Amino acid sequence: MEFKRKNKTQLLSKIATNDRHGENSPYFDGWKAYDNNSFHPTQNPNGVIQMGLAENKLCFDLIKKWIMENPEASICTAGGVDKFKDVAIFQDYHGLKEFREAIAKFMGRVGGNKVIFDANRIVMSSGATGANEKIMFCLADPGDTFLVPSPYYPGFARDLRWRTGLEIVPVDCKSSNNFRITRAAMEDAYEKAQKWNLNVKGIIIANPSNPLGTTLDIATMRSLVAFVNEKNIHLVCDEIYAATVFDSPRFVSVAEVIQDMDCCNRDLIHIVYSLSKDMGIPGFRVGIVYSFNDDVMLCARKMSSFGLVSSQTQYLLASMLSDDGFVGNFLRESSKRLAKRHYVFTKGLEQVGISCLTSNAGLFFWMDMRPLLKEQSFEGEIELWRVILNEVKLNVSPGSSFQCFEPGWFRVCFANMDDETVEVALNRIRAFVLDRENQESNRSKLCWRKKHLRLSSSSTRLYDETIMSPCMISPHSPLVRAKT
Amino acid sequence: MRLIVPLQSVVQGRGGLIFGSLIPCALFYFLQLYLKRHRSPKPQSNPPSPTTSSPKLAEMTRTSSRSNLFSRSIEQVRISSRAISIAKPNESPYYIGLDKASEDPYDRLSNPDGVIQLGLSENRLCFDLIEKWMSENLGHSITGRDNGELNINGIATYQPFDGTMELKLAMAGFMSHIMGGAVTFEPSQMVLTAGATPAIETLCFCLADQGNAFLVPTPYYPGFDRDVKFRTGVELIPVHCRSTDNFALSITALDQAFNQTRKHGTKIRGILLSNPANPVGNLLSREMLYAILDFAREKNIHVISDEIFAGSMYGNEEFVSMAEVLDSEDFDKNRVHIVYGLSKDLSLPGFRVGVIYSFNENVLAAARKLTRFSSVSAPTQRLLVSMLSDARFIEEYIKTNKRRLQNMHALFVAGLKGLNIRCADSSAGLYCWADMSKLISSYSEKGELELWDKLLNVGKINVTPGSACHCIEPGWFRCCFTTLAEEDIPVVLERIRKAVENTTDLLNSS
Repeated sequence: MEFKRKNKTQLLSKIATNDRHGENSPYFDGWKAYDNNSFHPTQNPNGVIQMGLAENKLCFDLIKKWIMENPEASICTAGGVDKFKDVAIFQDYHGLKEFREAIAKFMGRVGGNKVIFDANRIVMSSGATGANEKIMFCLADPGDTFLVPSPYYPGFARDLRWRTGLEIVPVDCKSSNNFRITRAAMEDAYEKAQKWNLNVKGIIIANPSNPLGTTLDIATMRSLVAFVNEKNIHLVCDEIYAATVFDSPRFVSVAEVIQDMDCCNRDLIHIVYSLSKDMGIPGFRVGIVYSFNDDVMLCARKMSSFGLVSSQTQYLLASMLSDDGFVGNFLRESSKRLAKRHYVFTKGLEQVGISCLTSNAGLFFWMDMRPLLKEQSFEGEIELWRVILNEVKLNVSPGSSFQCFEPGWFRVCFANMDDETVEVALNRIRAFVLDRENQESNRSKLCWRKKHLRLSSSSTRLYDETIMSPCMISPHSPLVRAKT
Repeated sequence: MRLIVPLQSVVQGRGGLIFGSLIPCALFYFLQLYLKRHRSPKPQSNPPSPTTSSPKLAEMTRTSSRSNLFSRSIEQVRISSRAISIAKPNESPYYIGLDKASEDPYDRLSNPDGVIQLGLSENRLCFDLIEKWMSENLGHSITGRDNGELNINGIATYQPFDGTMELKLAMAGFMSHIMGGAVTFEPSQMVLTAGATPAIETLCFCLADQGNAFLVPTPYYPGFDRDVKFRTGVELIPVHCRSTDNFALSITALDQAFNQTRKHGTKIRGILLSNPANPVGNLLSREMLYAILDFAREKNIHVISDEIFAGSMYGNEEFVSMAEVLDSEDFDKNRVHIVYGLSKDLSLPGFRVGVIYSFNENVLAAARKLTRFSSVSAPTQRLLVSMLSDARFIEEYIKTNKRRLQNMHALFVAGLKGLNIRCADSSAGLYCWADMSKLISSYSEKGELELWDKLLNVGKINVTPGSACHCIEPGWFRCCFTTLAEEDIPVVLERIRKAVENTTDLLNSS
């Protein structure tokens, strides 16, 4: 009665057996390498340092302090236990009113108090992952397409496409203008999709951007809004890094932009938010869908049942986020600490000649490793990445996994470690860069020597040959002849 | 359609150019106007059908609004076809009743004229025990056992999306205990989800493609229509059970439904069972479980067994889990998947804890990846590990819960009997399945909905009509009694009496 393996897989759905979850990509090799050999300052100092996970651990002390000082907010304490019954039984998909109000207030605050968010439009989901997938279920049918400016978060490939059956067409952004989203690039992507007979339903952007760490300027936002209105397609703004802005320009939510645009059809505008990055609490699984479209809001709310936020968590956060003093202090401290960490890393890299895209937000920076590529191609990028992962033991993320148009860029996360680990990571990168540059300069010296037919001592030659990659030596080289 | 107007004769005449252009333009314009006014709306791609049989009137209104939409389609923004139907106000009495009861909830002291909620299967009978545990174990519940020190890493950071191993271990122990120790559950075969709702949906995504179907015995839990159909594109095919055999499932009926569906070209991927059954409350016998497994193997399909009420037993019958049957016999385990959750047995629906338990490695591998979309909150996991690991508490809870359930069930059913309303035989659940067919004006769905409406708006009690559960016989209602205190029962009975006081059968009962 046992099934053969083939039979077993046939019993499963296409979704369960296809690759659209994206976890078989080389990008996840880095995670596996980290899982198998995790860095620890004392127990495993030569392990892999995780710089591929955008987690914000910089302000845990503030959250911990608040929880300990506010026992009544937790239903598991003497102060709060009388609320336990009501909270434990509460499963209404509207969500606790206090929770929605607190979230709306927090979102307004994060946006610089330029806009008031309506608590009745706050819809829950299980993290931003659940929120992004849900908004797609609401806006598009299987086979439809969304445009996404590249480079983009690799998880979009799974969240937007896997169960929804949608397709993604990237809007290519280039380093020549700091990866800005241009009207021309959007039109280009739209036309490409049309040519392929794809039904474009909308465009989804991340602002602040993952992996770039930049915020969109108002002109670009207005251009986006104008574009979607013209094409009568949706605009989804993933604003989950909104409170990680640590430098000017300030974060501007799409909600603020459309306030001044009378020509905008608000039914096209939708926001995805979460507390996972801004507050560093991904374990709480708080995702928010905020749509200006009533039908979408109603549909998303009914779909909340597939990913409601635990009422215990709602209750705790309702209390925490209503504490104005705490929130103000938290946002200020968080910005300060992110700015400092960002500075330490980017300055440290500058010292060894590595530049990063100028950024003002996010839990990562976008590192330019093009000078270190042996070959200006994606193969060259993956080769460099494997060296960084396996030899330098840093899990950074190669730009190709973000569908970056150009090779040589890497995303490096910096907010998930303590200061000591930062030092270790920086030292490793510095040592690697210098070593690589040495290799390169030795290689070019050797090529120069080869060019001028200079013969050096056999031991030096051997040394030079071993560090050169084989393809560099021409079979007709006098060196080879000399060797034999 | 375009009328090709022969222009030659017009053009050749005097003022030909003017007429040659004006007349066809005018004709074309009037033709477009005519067509616009009389054109029927284009058929849209099939949205999922509403959860219940809605009155014809609502359908007519819907059609005419669709044609208005079409004529303005150039400006109208397009959302997904599923969103169009889901966004509409819920016409199912199941949801309408729930909304009405939550807007005006009954409270013995503060709102004695409010709507009594008998439509939501929630268990409030043992909260005192849980509260007591909370107050005695505060140190452990959120901070973990590190000497009261809050381990923020354990609750704030990313945890495995399919649940922590500690919670899986604790759940495995709890589930085993709940089912009388007859079966051991392996934590490694468990995937935790944010409630049983996403557990069902996730399994559907794993086991079926869009357009496929699951067989489901009726009457069934109205929420299945949402869980299975909202987003997966999978259909539910009812397998009707009847009161003559106490709504027991028969293999013949399964077989007929299977063949009928296949004839229409739809592929059946599995059977969706709830055991203990919701809304009837009866159990599947061991023999029936064997028969279902044989049927599934013969047709090469899956079995999903939703056992969420396994710990809500009040009868004397023994509950037998699918897992127990599989353990004892040589059945192919790869096609069996069990769903469980803490919403019913432990009264914690707000916390959102569900379980997919499968013997199929491929399903587990896929489900683990899918839990990214619906994971359990980390602080909640921490709290529950403490609670479920307290064996003494769990033992006391299970015993007391059963006793109180038995008591409420007996009182409630006896009370209904006093009104000449009999209930189906049941052994578990938080509800009873009441036969009010003698109280309906016409033996039809219409009659049933009229009674439901009277009970809700005149009697101010919310019960779930059988039609919302796809019951083939009109007049049956699901009444949940676990949100009541003993003192509320006479109030409920009085309200039923008042709502139907013109019905002769009721008056003849006493």
